[in-house]
Amino acid sequence: MQASTPHEPTEVTPVVNVEDVMQQVAEHKGCGTSGGSGKASCGSAAGQGDLPTEIWEKVKNHPCYSEEAHHHYARMHVAVAPACNIQCNYCNRKYDCANESRPGVVSEKLTPEQAAKKVLAVASTIPQMTVLGIAGPGDPLANPEKTFKTFELIAKTAPDIKLCLSTNGLALPDHVDTIARFNVDHVTITINMVDPEIGAKIYPWVFWNHKRYTGVEAAKILTDHQMRGLEMLTERGILCKVNSVMIPGVNDKHLVEVNRAVKSRGAFLHNIMPLISAPEHGTVFGLTGQRGPTAQELKALQDSCEGEMNMMRHCRQCRADAVGLLGEDRSAEFTTDKIMAMEVNYDLDTRKAYQAKVEEERLAKVTAKQEELSTLAGEMSDIKLLVAVATKGSGLINEHFGHAKEFQIYELSTSGAKFVGHRRVDLYCQGGYGEEDSLETIIRAINDCHAVFVAKIGGCPKADLLKAGIEPVDQFAHEFIEKSAIGWFKSYLDKVNGGEIEHIQRGDAEIRQGALISAA
Amino acid sequence: MPLKIISSNCTSCSACEPECPNVAIFEKGGTFVINPKKCTECIGHFDAPQCAAVCPIEDTCVIDDSVPRYQAPA
Ligand code: SF4
Ligand code: SF4
Repeated sequence: MQASTPHEPTEVTPVVNVEDVMQQVAEHKGCGTSGGSGKASCGSAAGQGDLPTEIWEKVKNHPCYSEEAHHHYARMHVAVAPACNIQCNYCNRKYDCANESRPGVVSEKLTPEQAAKKVLAVASTIPQMTVLGIAGPGDPLANPEKTFKTFELIAKTAPDIKLCLSTNGLALPDHVDTIARFNVDHVTITINMVDPEIGAKIYPWVFWNHKRYTGVEAAKILTDHQMRGLEMLTERGILCKVNSVMIPGVNDKHLVEVNRAVKSRGAFLHNIMPLISAPEHGTVFGLTGQRGPTAQELKALQDSCEGEMNMMRHCRQCRADAVGLLGEDRSAEFTTDKIMAMEVNYDLDTRKAYQAKVEEERLAKVTAKQEELSTLAGEMSDIKLLVAVATKGSGLINEHFGHAKEFQIYELSTSGAKFVGHRRVDLYCQGGYGEEDSLETIIRAINDCHAVFVAKIGGCPKADLLKAGIEPVDQFAHEFIEKSAIGWFKSYLDKVNGGEIEHIQRGDAEIRQGALISAA
Repeated sequence: MPLKIISSNCTSCSACEPECPNVAIFEKGGTFVINPKKCTECIGHFDAPQCAAVCPIEDTCVIDDSVPRYQAPA
């Protein structure tokens, strides 16, 4: 394999200065709320800011990149890549990759032909579907024929769908040119370390160049390939995101160093995800009792990296074959049997018309938020607090408390509302009847929040939330999230200032380990 | 002796299939199997049996004692 040879100089120069892009994306995302620094730099109402048009086009409808876009657009994965070339201690190969998928779930394996048909069927039914990813269940680049055949088939019929792939990076240097040829929109590399000593605690082995390597030697090969692959992508102007799994006591502090290493090589987004680990997953970490981080630990690490680089906080560790918007999963409508029986008519014009409508919605949302934000202009307060929101998309508070599969978490301060993550919860309401246990689960998951915004909520859960110190807020039903949250925060501040209530800090929350498995 | 795949362990991940220098591995009934007539234990090709080296499940690609050991051509 040519991966061992030092890479040849390339004539391709980066299209843009990635530093600038990162900065602008960060500012776009923040719209004046980034990291409490109070930068009010959301240039145009549509959100492009000073971003070069070419990059803006790449990210604006990208549910994986833009926290704002993921309310309006969806991506899907197809499971065409079952083989893997490394072993991770957080993964049980009997199931899907625990990094890119929900642990303990097996995706339906598809041939490239089946996968292409599935993508077209979904895109025709769900016009918000704009991104196709190949992320597993193994490593896409350990299955290069299947991965690239799928891309080729889709690009032929549906040229408007963006292609992306996620890889562990081991085989990346070998495939960068093919990735560029297929016009792959972005690549995600999972990088958990840049120090082979730490790597040896995460990866028992890698298979490379016809040999199984173990220990520090294996981790050294992996990190070398990851860094070189990242550099090669940057040189060719391909957007590159880095995923890291936060493993307390193993790589948690080290991830700040990883953040620096990937930033300097041109990665434009860094996504730190919590380790999902429970004994029943059968992973090495699950069996050794390695715990995942708490919500507070995760946020603290993300915050400490944010000064360095744009962080992504909306990753929901979806299943490798999930279909839908905002953590919803409509894959049951698109099983292989159903798809193969479907008559698919790919209508590019209808999709374009629909997406134009979505653009109008997004514009309205940003304008509403800007207006509300201006009312906070004179406020002086150090108070920062979290609120949870039940939504099913479009940037609206439009989900019933009992139907929410997850809550979006926003941090509120005088600089506005900043999206900081999401929390999965099991379905509280099964067929309309609340269950006490699930309610407790939800309260634990959002225990660090002062309020929860919902479209509707029943009397009992309302009382229990209040008892737990979380205010249920339903007066903003079907209104824009950020506008409402800022409005609520303003009245909260007024009450605190008027001595009506006292501001108290909330405790930590729990990250659900393998939530939704039972619903799968 | 060729190698065999313990089918109750096999996840059908297909990682072994393209690694075999003798194209001895194929899918059959939902899992992967090795054709004992074609398998040479990778002798003459690689230092270690490739299927066993890449397989994510330990003790799944193992020596099959029921078949005589492979003799490399002199
Ligand atoms: S040992 Fe080598 S030759 Fe035999 S099946 Fe495995 S990969 Fe093929
Ligand atoms: S690599 Fe192992 S688990 Fe995967 S198909 Fe081959 S024998 Fe089965």
